[in-house]
Amino acid sequence: MRVRTLELAVGGFMLIGLLAIIFLALRVSGLSMNASEETYRVVAKFENIGGLTVRAKVTMAGVTIGRVSNIYLDQEDFVGVVEMDIYQQFDNLSSDTSAAILTAGVLGEKYIGLIQGAELDNLVDGSEIYNTQSALVLEDLIAKFLVGRVSDEP
Amino acid sequence: MASISGNNPLSGPYSEGKELKQVCMASMTTTQHPSGAANYVEISDLTFMRGDRVIYKDVNIAIPKGKVTAIMGPSGTGKTTLLRLIGGQLKPDQGRIVVDGHNVPDLGRTELFEVRSKMGMLFQSGALFTDLSVYENVAFPLRVHTDLPEDMIRDIVLMKLQAVGLRGASHLMPSELSGGMARRAALARAIALDPELVMYDEPFAGQDPMAMGVVVQLIRLLNDALGHTSIVVSHDVQETASIADYIYVISGGEVIGQGTADEVLNSELPRVRQFMQGLPDGPVPFHFPAPSLEDDFLRGRSL
Amino acid sequence: MIDRIAALGRSGLELLEALGRSGMVLFHALWAWPNLRTTFPLLVKQIYAVGVLSMVIIVVSGLFIGMVLALQGYNILNRYGSEQALGQMVALTLLRELGPVVTALLFAGRAGSALTAEIGLMKTTEQLASMEMIGVDPLRRIVSPRFWAGAICMPTLALIFSSVGVLGAYAVGVLWLGVDGGSFWSNMQNSVEWGDDVLNGVIKSVVFGVVVTWIAVFQGYDTVPTSEGISRATTRTVVYASLAVLGLDFILTAVMFGEL
Ligand SMILES: Nc1ncnc2c1ncn2[C@@H]1O[C@H](COP(=O)(O)OP(=O)(O)O)[C@@H](O)[C@H]1O
Ligand SMILES: [Mg+2]
Repeated sequence: MRVRTLELAVGGFMLIGLLAIIFLALRVSGLSMNASEETYRVVAKFENIGGLTVRAKVTMAGVTIGRVSNIYLDQEDFVGVVEMDIYQQFDNLSSDTSAAILTAGVLGEKYIGLIQGAELDNLVDGSEIYNTQSALVLEDLIAKFLVGRVSDEP
Repeated sequence: MASISGNNPLSGPYSEGKELKQVCMASMTTTQHPSGAANYVEISDLTFMRGDRVIYKDVNIAIPKGKVTAIMGPSGTGKTTLLRLIGGQLKPDQGRIVVDGHNVPDLGRTELFEVRSKMGMLFQSGALFTDLSVYENVAFPLRVHTDLPEDMIRDIVLMKLQAVGLRGASHLMPSELSGGMARRAALARAIALDPELVMYDEPFAGQDPMAMGVVVQLIRLLNDALGHTSIVVSHDVQETASIADYIYVISGGEVIGQGTADEVLNSELPRVRQFMQGLPDGPVPFHFPAPSLEDDFLRGRSL
Repeated sequence: MIDRIAALGRSGLELLEALGRSGMVLFHALWAWPNLRTTFPLLVKQIYAVGVLSMVIIVVSGLFIGMVLALQGYNILNRYGSEQALGQMVALTLLRELGPVVTALLFAGRAGSALTAEIGLMKTTEQLASMEMIGVDPLRRIVSPRFWAGAICMPTLALIFSSVGVLGAYAVGVLWLGVDGGSFWSNMQNSVEWGDDVLNGVIKSVVFGVVVTWIAVFQGYDTVPTSEGISRATTRTVVYASLAVLGLDFILTAVMFGEL
C-alpha cells in the first residue's frame, strides 16, 4: 500500500509539472493552440517601422485581428515591408484600409492599427495596404519641434 | 547460477550435479593443504600497498575446501582488506589469489560476476540494504542472479531465514532489528545463493554474549550442513578457536603463525603467544613507535 | 617557494583526478540504463524522494518571489506610468533567470545534500561494497536512478516555480495593487516567446539538474567513509553545486540571450 501512495504522489507531481508547462505555454507566452488558424496575408510598406517586431499585434478599433508575421527591407525603394496575417473571419476589410504603427503607452510596445476605408472591394490574400503612416520616432519629433521653434524666431 | 550438492537440507531446488566436476577441477589445479584437504582459495606471494603503506608483504595463505578457516590478527592489520582482495574489490600489487581455479585479479567484469555469485560475504556492519525489508534483502541476490518465479524465491528466502531463526522477522525493516538479528539476517542473505565460499568479517564484534553464541554455532552448523568453505576473520580468540579447523595469525603484513586451534593456542612463538593470550606488551609493543618520553617532554617544555 | 609550487601542482593533479573519477561516475550512470523493468520502480522511488519532497519549498518560494517581484516592479514601473508592463517584467524575470536559478539553488540544498548523505551513508555502512560482492554494480543500482531522477525533476520543479511565481505576481499586481488584468496578461503574452523564453529556461534547468545531481551523487560516492566524511561531503555538495549553478547560468545566459 505504501508503494501505491508513492506512485500516486509521483504521478501527481508529473501532472502538476504538465499543468505548469501548459499554463506557461497558453497563458504566459500566449502560444495559441489554434496556431494553424486560417489567416490571409497582406503587406504594407512603411518609411520607418521604428521598433515594430514580428508577432506584434494587428488591431482594428483596439481589437486584435492578426499578427505581424514578417518584416524586411525592400531593397529597391528602401522602405520597410511588413507582412501581417489577418484572421480569416475578418475578411471584409476594405481595400483602402489605412495602417499606422502605434505605441501602447508612452514607452510601450509597437503595434499596427488598421482603420477601415470606404471602398467596396475587400483586402484579400496578397493585397497591399497603400495608405500607411510610419512609426512616430521620438528623436524626429523633437528635431522637428526644435527646427520649428528656430524658424519661428523673427 | 550458484550450486552445491543437491542432497543437503538447505540447498535450493535449482541446482544439482556440478559438485563432482568442481572437486575434480579443484584437485587438479590446487595443491594439498597442510591439513590434508584440497584448497578452495590459494593466495601466493601476495603484496598489497595502500599508498606507501605496506599492508601485505609476500603472504601465502591456503583455505581448505569444506573447512572453517580463521584469519586472526589485531585490528588494522588488514583482515577486511584480505577479504576484499579475495572478492576482487581490491587489486593486489603483486601475487596470485586463486579462487576455485580462477586467478581473481585477472578476471574481467563478467567472469568476476560469475565467481562472486559463488561467494557470500557477511560484512562487519551487516550491511543490510536499509531501504529494503529483511525479506527483500535476502531475496536480492536471488533476483539478481536467477530468473526464478516469485513463489520459488519466497520458498528459498523463508528457508534461509528459518535457518538463522528469523523467519518471523521477514517483514521488518533493518532499522527495526537488534544488532545480533541484523547480523543473522545478513548471514541469511550471504547464503541465499548457496555459495561455495562464505566469508565472515568480524562476525562476533560488538555482539552481546548470547547473540555471539548464536552466531558461533550458526557458522559451524551452516558450514557442516551446507558443505561450503568458510573464512572467519576475527580478533576474538576464544570464539574463533572454538569453531575454526585451521587458524592463520597475521600481524604487520605477514603470517606470524598457523595451525589447528590447539597448535596456535599453545604456540611457543612469542608474537603468536602475545596475541592469543592477550598480553598487553611483548614483541608487539604496547606503545605506538615514538621518540623517547624524555625527549618529548623536554621538547614540550622548551616551546 | 619550491614547496608551494609543488603543493600547487599536487592539488592541481588531485583536482584533475577527482574530475576524472566524477566523469567515470557520470559515464557509468548514463551508460547504465538498459534494464527498464528493474530500473523503472527505482526511478519512481527516486523521483518521489528528489522531486515530490522538494515541492513544498519550491511552491512556497515561487509564490513569495513572484509577489515580491510584483511589488518591486510596480513601484518602479508606476513612476513611468507603465505598470501594465508588470506582467511582462515578472514573467521574463522568472522564466529566464529566477525560475531555473533559484530552483537549482533550493534543489542543491534540499535534494542534493540528501542524496550525498544517503549515498555516503550507504558507503560507510558497507552497503555499496556488499552490493558489489553480490554482483550488482552500485553505480547502476544506486547512482543511475538518482541521477536520472534529478535530471527529470529539476526542469519540472523550475516550471512549477515559474508558474506559481506568475500567479503570485498576478495576485499582488492585479488583485491587490489594481493593475488592469487584461493588459497584465496581454502584455505578458506579447513579449514572452515560447521558444526564446520558456524553452531556454527549460534547457537551463535541465543543465542545472544534471550538474547539481552529478555533483551530489559523486560527492556521496566519493565520501571518506566516516561520519565526519559524510558531513564534509554534504557541505561540499551544497557549496560546489551552488557555485556551479551561478557560473553556468552566466555562461548559458550569454550564449542564449547575449549578442554573441
Ligand atoms: N580506503 C582506504 N584507504 C586507505 N587506507 C585504508 C582504507 N581502508 C583501510 N585502510 C587501511 O588499511 C589498514 C587495514 O584495514 P582493515 O583491512 O580494515 O583492517 P582490519 O579489518 O584488520 O581491522 C588499516 O590500517 C586502514 O587504515
Ligand atoms: Mg576489519
